[in-house]
Amino acid sequence: MSFEPRIVGFLCNWCSYTGADLAGTARMKYAPNVMTVRVMCTGRVDPGFVLDSFRAGADGVLVCGCHFGDCHYVEGNHKCMRRIAITKRILKGMGIQPERLRLEWVSASEGARFQEVVNSFTEEIRGLGPIRLKEWAFVPEQVEAAAAAHGE
Amino acid sequence: MDKAKITIDGQQIEVDDGSYVLEAAKSLGIEIPTLCYYPYMVPYAACRICCVEAHGAGGWSKIVTACNYPVWDGLEIFTDTPRVINARRTNLEMLMANCAPVPVLQRLAEQLGITEPRWKTGSNYTCILCGLCVRICDEVVGAHALAFINRGAKRDVSTPFQLDSESCILCGACAKHCPTGYIKMEEIENRYIVHQEMNLSPNAAITLPFRQAVPNVPQIVRENCIHFKTGGCMVCAKVCPKDCIEYGDRPNFEEVEVGAVVIATGFDSFDPTPMKQYGYGKYPNVISSEEFEVMNNAAGPTGGKIVMENGAEPRAIAILHCIGSRDHDYHKYCSRVCCMYSLKFSHLVKEKTSAEVYQLYIDMRSFGKGYEEFYSRILDEGVNVIRGKAAEVVPSGYRQHEEGHLIVRCEDTLIGKYREIPVDMVILSTALEARRDAKEFGRKFNISTGADGWFIEAHPKLAPVSTTTEGIFLAGACQGAKDIPDAVAQGGAAAAQAMKLMAQGEVMMDAAYAVIDEAFCSGCKMCNDMCPYTAISFDDAKKVSVVNSALCKGCGTCVAACPAGAIMARHFTDEQIYAQIEGILA
Repeated sequence: MSFEPRIVGFLCNWCSYTGADLAGTARMKYAPNVMTVRVMCTGRVDPGFVLDSFRAGADGVLVCGCHFGDCHYVEGNHKCMRRIAITKRILKGMGIQPERLRLEWVSASEGARFQEVVNSFTEEIRGLGPIRLKEWAFVPEQVEAAAAAHGE
Repeated sequence: MDKAKITIDGQQIEVDDGSYVLEAAKSLGIEIPTLCYYPYMVPYAACRICCVEAHGAGGWSKIVTACNYPVWDGLEIFTDTPRVINARRTNLEMLMANCAPVPVLQRLAEQLGITEPRWKTGSNYTCILCGLCVRICDEVVGAHALAFINRGAKRDVSTPFQLDSESCILCGACAKHCPTGYIKMEEIENRYIVHQEMNLSPNAAITLPFRQAVPNVPQIVRENCIHFKTGGCMVCAKVCPKDCIEYGDRPNFEEVEVGAVVIATGFDSFDPTPMKQYGYGKYPNVISSEEFEVMNNAAGPTGGKIVMENGAEPRAIAILHCIGSRDHDYHKYCSRVCCMYSLKFSHLVKEKTSAEVYQLYIDMRSFGKGYEEFYSRILDEGVNVIRGKAAEVVPSGYRQHEEGHLIVRCEDTLIGKYREIPVDMVILSTALEARRDAKEFGRKFNISTGADGWFIEAHPKLAPVSTTTEGIFLAGACQGAKDIPDAVAQGGAAAAQAMKLMAQGEVMMDAAYAVIDEAFCSGCKMCNDMCPYTAISFDDAKKVSVVNSALCKGCGTCVAACPAGAIMARHFTDEQIYAQIEGILA
């Protein structure tokens, strides 16, 4: 049986959640692997949420927000982008490939883009394989070896 | 002041003692010809054309110059006796002997009945040495840039050493008042037909802020005003019969407390200068739609006549659509109004002139009520409608008679042919674009602009006039390109939304907002700068940050940032989200 990744998606209420909704109402088919958590703004996405998702067994975390200049809360997406960059470094230190966390901008009108993002991210995580926190935790060499094996 | 009773040509008048005859005559409506008189300066009596006959009490009489002869009680003046005419004639002939036959002298000669001056001159020198320019520069402007130079036959007016003077402030007063046109300003602005009206003149110091301004009162532009450059002039204050000129006036700032704001800042017109292929700014007869509109104004610089730069009526006009709109290099959007105003232009051209009109369009978007019918009417009027965007505008000039005309190159996509259309005038239907300071302006109200620069409404369908900031509403073209009916409709909607707030008298708040637990807040103030709505302030007494729940929108940015975990986003608490993650992955 092939590996089905489990992905947690944090979607901003105003753009990406609505975009995902649009993809749904437009009957677009996309991978069922992303399970969404609605937040009011990507600015609400605490790095803790990302880390907790991996702790709880997620294979990947997708954060989707508004395009720059479109943020309902003026600049929450800018703040999120900075936090995600830091979170990726934390993940690396913890032995989780930073590619397992992805930040994407999807507007309310981009149902097709949401479909494409979800599909491509699911494929990428499928390629990375299931997360194995117990073996990898705090062993950077192993992380790097694993990353090299996936052609980084 | 003492009054003096004088008689001018049999009419009695009482004037201030010591004022001059010329002024008294003027107030009686008696015209005395003069070349060197300017009311706001000390009279100089250089031209001596204003001479009149003065009669005193003892029966004596003499010829005096009216402009600088002070009146006294009992003075009798005659302006029309043969002796006066004779004196004026002689003086004028002497001026003409030293000066080329300029129009103003010719006209005077005609009035005084001189057919042939007695003294001939071959001179093409046009100065009569009246000194008006020198005196204006000294007494009114206060720049002291001009003076008489040389002596005798070589006398002339000029700047020191006949070089460009640093004292000259380029006000142009000397050139404007020179009676013979000897002094000229170098022409800097050559696009005068239209641009003159756009701001009255290149350096008008008194101007209306814009047409139909409320209140419609002229204002002084300090940068251009002679008074603010040299401290002199103040002619406007002397002229104004109501004493309205206030040099000390400055812009005032007033603070008004309001509960709702409707933003209706409108749009800017796209500047087609960067689109070099259309030659805007290079060929004088390539004009923007806004300039054409000004030209069409019956109260405008051409009196509503459609004319080329040389004043002649054009024989063919091309109207190019989509200049800056639907163009991947400039604005990708359609400006919505251009098709219809371009059609209106062709209707106006057909109505006012007999010119051929060519419309070059990408798609004809006549979308509104009655618009399509207007389009068919324009077609019936014989307008040439060509589907294809113009590639470039080039000057023609292969043959002599073509000079000064323009050729529009385009592809007619309906017949699949390349075409060159000779025209006299090109009108560029320029795009509507967001105001250049829209972003900065929006920041003041915490509203954002989209990729095109227009302000973003809260929801394109469900809240088209609201913004993401409560109590701020949008109306008109600041929210997106739209025509007048749409802008009016949106304005009404925005006003109604504002009224709704006022009628309610209370503000409905979202249940989702952030709350700070004072017990956990360490007072680091990190959240204070984080909030895009300035909803978080610092309580100096308690040393904790406080959220103003009326301003908070519940985005949660501060919640994620709080290092102490002291902030709770209601309905999106950490516990709730962790529980969701747990539930998803269970």
